[in-house]
Amino acid sequence: MTDLTGLTIAEARDKLTKKEISSIELTDAYLGAIDHANGTLNAYVAVTPDKARAMAKASDEKIGKGEAGALEGIPLGIKDLFSTEGVHTQAASHILDGFEPRYESTVTANLWADGAVMLGKLNMDEFAMGSSNETSYYGPVKNPWRKAGSNADMVPGGSSGGSAAAVAAHLCAGATATDTGGSIRQPAALTGTVGIKPTYGRCSRWGIVAFASSLDQAGPIARDVRDSAILLKSMASSDAKDTTSVDREVPDYEAAVGRSVRGLKIGIPKEYRMDGMPEEIETLWQQGIAWLKDAGAEIVDVSLPHTKYALPAYYIVAPAEASSNLARYDGVRYGLRVPGGNIAEMYENTRAAGFGREVKRRIMIGTYVLSAGYYDAYYLQAQKVRTLIKRDFETVYADGVDALLTPATPSAAFGIGDQDMAADPVKMYLNDIFTVTVNMAGLPGIAVPAGLSAAGLPLGLQLIGRPFDEETLFAAGAVIEQAAGRFRPDKWW
Amino acid sequence: MTIVDTRDPNPKSFIPGATGDWEIIIGMEVHAQVLSDSKLFSGASTDFGAEANSHVSLVDAAMPGMLPVINEECVRQAVRTGLGLKAQINKRSVFDRKNYFYPDLPQGYQISQFKDPIVGEGTVTVSVGPNNQGEFEDIEVGIERLHLEQDAGKSMHDQHPSMSFVDLNRSGVALMEIVSKPDMRSADEAKAYLTKLRTILRYLGTCNGNMDEGSMRADVNVSVRRPGGPFGTRCEIKNVNSIRFVGQAIESEARRQIALIEDGGMVEQETRLFDPSKGETRAMRNKEDAHDYRYFPDPDLLPLEFDQAYIDALLSELPELPDDKKNRFIEEGGLSTYDASILVSEKAIADFYEEVAKGRDAKQAANWVINDLLGALNKDGKSIEETPVSAAQLGAILDLIREGTISGKIAKDLFEIVWNEGGDPKRIVEDRGMKQVTDTGAIEKAVDDVMAANSDKVEQAKAKPSMAGWFVGQVMKATGGKANPQAVNALVKDKLGVE
Repeated sequence: MTDLTGLTIAEARDKLTKKEISSIELTDAYLGAIDHANGTLNAYVAVTPDKARAMAKASDEKIGKGEAGALEGIPLGIKDLFSTEGVHTQAASHILDGFEPRYESTVTANLWADGAVMLGKLNMDEFAMGSSNETSYYGPVKNPWRKAGSNADMVPGGSSGGSAAAVAAHLCAGATATDTGGSIRQPAALTGTVGIKPTYGRCSRWGIVAFASSLDQAGPIARDVRDSAILLKSMASSDAKDTTSVDREVPDYEAAVGRSVRGLKIGIPKEYRMDGMPEEIETLWQQGIAWLKDAGAEIVDVSLPHTKYALPAYYIVAPAEASSNLARYDGVRYGLRVPGGNIAEMYENTRAAGFGREVKRRIMIGTYVLSAGYYDAYYLQAQKVRTLIKRDFETVYADGVDALLTPATPSAAFGIGDQDMAADPVKMYLNDIFTVTVNMAGLPGIAVPAGLSAAGLPLGLQLIGRPFDEETLFAAGAVIEQAAGRFRPDKWW
Repeated sequence: MTIVDTRDPNPKSFIPGATGDWEIIIGMEVHAQVLSDSKLFSGASTDFGAEANSHVSLVDAAMPGMLPVINEECVRQAVRTGLGLKAQINKRSVFDRKNYFYPDLPQGYQISQFKDPIVGEGTVTVSVGPNNQGEFEDIEVGIERLHLEQDAGKSMHDQHPSMSFVDLNRSGVALMEIVSKPDMRSADEAKAYLTKLRTILRYLGTCNGNMDEGSMRADVNVSVRRPGGPFGTRCEIKNVNSIRFVGQAIESEARRQIALIEDGGMVEQETRLFDPSKGETRAMRNKEDAHDYRYFPDPDLLPLEFDQAYIDALLSELPELPDDKKNRFIEEGGLSTYDASILVSEKAIADFYEEVAKGRDAKQAANWVINDLLGALNKDGKSIEETPVSAAQLGAILDLIREGTISGKIAKDLFEIVWNEGGDPKRIVEDRGMKQVTDTGAIEKAVDDVMAANSDKVEQAKAKPSMAGWFVGQVMKATGGKANPQAVNALVKDKLGVE
């Protein structure tokens, strides 16, 4: 019998429906794989075998009765940022020690309602702040990919590094993730997986630990475009509990996979051609352009003139919101409390011990840019930039462009403990250079694996769509996937 | 904000100092708890006095991942209040976060409205008085703005020797912060403004105005200046929780500032607290300690938007407000300004009066409600809601007077019986034989009896007609006050042969 963990969601769904396999078998196969690999890869921060088996058993019964949901019996990993009732929910932070919510996030509740099985909670950068999964209180996640002929451990990207690594290493059939500045698309690109950040408002943020509320959006990381479409269909909903979620029907995304891109107008933004960008990224981009052209798409050069301001503006808006969102972690009601002689000391001790360096850095930046006398120069200015970035995209779309093609990241995965990045946080922030604009404009973006670097590490391309036109991204993404082929790491763990 | 002086200096409210007269400048920020079943951004109940932490939703406790959802009822109430204050209603307003750390502030920020409040400028007409001549003076107090915000929870420092406890029942309850312009010039004006504001809120049903429960609290800004001169530095007196204390706080703070300046010192801009037991204010924090609240638009909430039709609908359903009611009472019922002002001071009193006056003599109804009913309520320390005499009962008493069944004097006795024992006034009059005797035969007999028994006085009275009154009194006494006084008077005079 083949290894059940090798099945995509679509394949497993097919076999489950035909009763060739049971969800219990599939779930046990994943639990076995996690048991074997997690000590090495550190993708999960909490595994929930009892819950997984109970859910799998229930799914098998439903399948037996012909009442299967869209994801019936499919085992998934959940990023630690999603509230899961009675289960470890700590945003990979020390400050949420022991926190198990009595509520379930809307996105995960949607997945369970469709029959999915929870394997456990996935590692991530603390409070989703990071691009390498090295800021986690639970230690870094190792990328299942290594350079050819090297034993050096690489980062899986971040912040959804656990999600990407678990999907790439087949430690789950698919995973939930979140994306504030690139946290789905960058790790997907660095692990040879598919990640889509849908339009802001497509998935409810209710029950997701907030990082930067106006940018945060949930989405899936999956092995291929079809699986990501299947997952997003279940995750998305309009939710009265999140007033920023959009009251709009969720389309059948899977139907868009395989749809022709003939006649689509794909824009190539010239501002994404950065100084010092590695040759192989440029080559990959040109390859992507060629594939889409071959599939019948029309390629047009476009300009998004305010792109260069996106990253600095992002690193004002996101920390500003974060500094306020993270104020609730004060040791008073839940999580870590480090006592002090008075309330101010208790706050200081708790927050000093509870937050890691990167989180503290962003709280400091955010507090600074919102302070009296600085607000206008930083926060207000950044909001103006944000409006201009949004307008750039609107102009291009108004000219008839259906989607944009860009590289997903400026480089392939780098080493864990990379000295350059450790010494200069801005170098780390540059990982998000191609992805933050999408969050700033609230648009959908998908990262699809498109090739390997010279060193043998995966590289991805990004497609950016019109608001709520995820379907075009699935269609065009599938064309790239079809042309590029699938990428799987050699198992070394 | 530039301050516009809308008032002419009035020597009546000047405070004499050692170096000359001073004028007090007062502005107020009133926090009024919105009357709504649930909180501003959560479904938790707003009931007062529940067990600690029993009305707390996940949002109110700021659990991770929780999001606020605006309660439309609170928006409706804020707009209605704005309309009641004759204010500009802003069709687009924005919720901001006001960031600071405190254990009873679970989110680490209060959701409030900073730059774009839901209600803009308005005005309140305040009747100050009555003075000892029974006169009221009307002044206009400008409203700067009204905005919606969350209340905080409550810290309790007396429950444990070394720890503080937190009750989050109030956390997230909707407040309207109503900011006045610095248009008041005396403690009396400030008290009258607060009273009027509370009356308007109660008429609208948007706040119960119970200051002792903390449903309404006032921050009072006080500064002093030479009459008509440049404005002085103000101090803010926080969280004053009764109208009387507002008056005391203003007077003591003004005296403090005047003494300070006259001694060659300067008023520092600071936040102060009023201590009712000492009757004075004390410093809480100065300008340097002021928080930097780092306001920014709450990204969890979209701007609040509604159209003119929404406002128009609320306007059309607005109840009659005290000023309009007062004018109507004066015009329709011919009441004096004084009487009308008293009747509209509370909606329940106005309603009571209207029920009594319906189909009856307005002035008589007003007299009875003000002198007899409110007098008795006041004496017993009861509110209009607790009145033992209903409007229907008082109305029945007035009917009995009008029909001539009882005299005005008997009516007072009847009122007292109804007050103490309750019951149908008409029935009481019948059962207890309180009916006025109008049967001339019976009255004539009583007059004859009295005259027969006092023949000496009859002779005297014929010579001195003014003594007729003595006979009237005797007859009334003999009939237990039930005889129609006019009939008795006529008969006595007739029989005495005097005019």
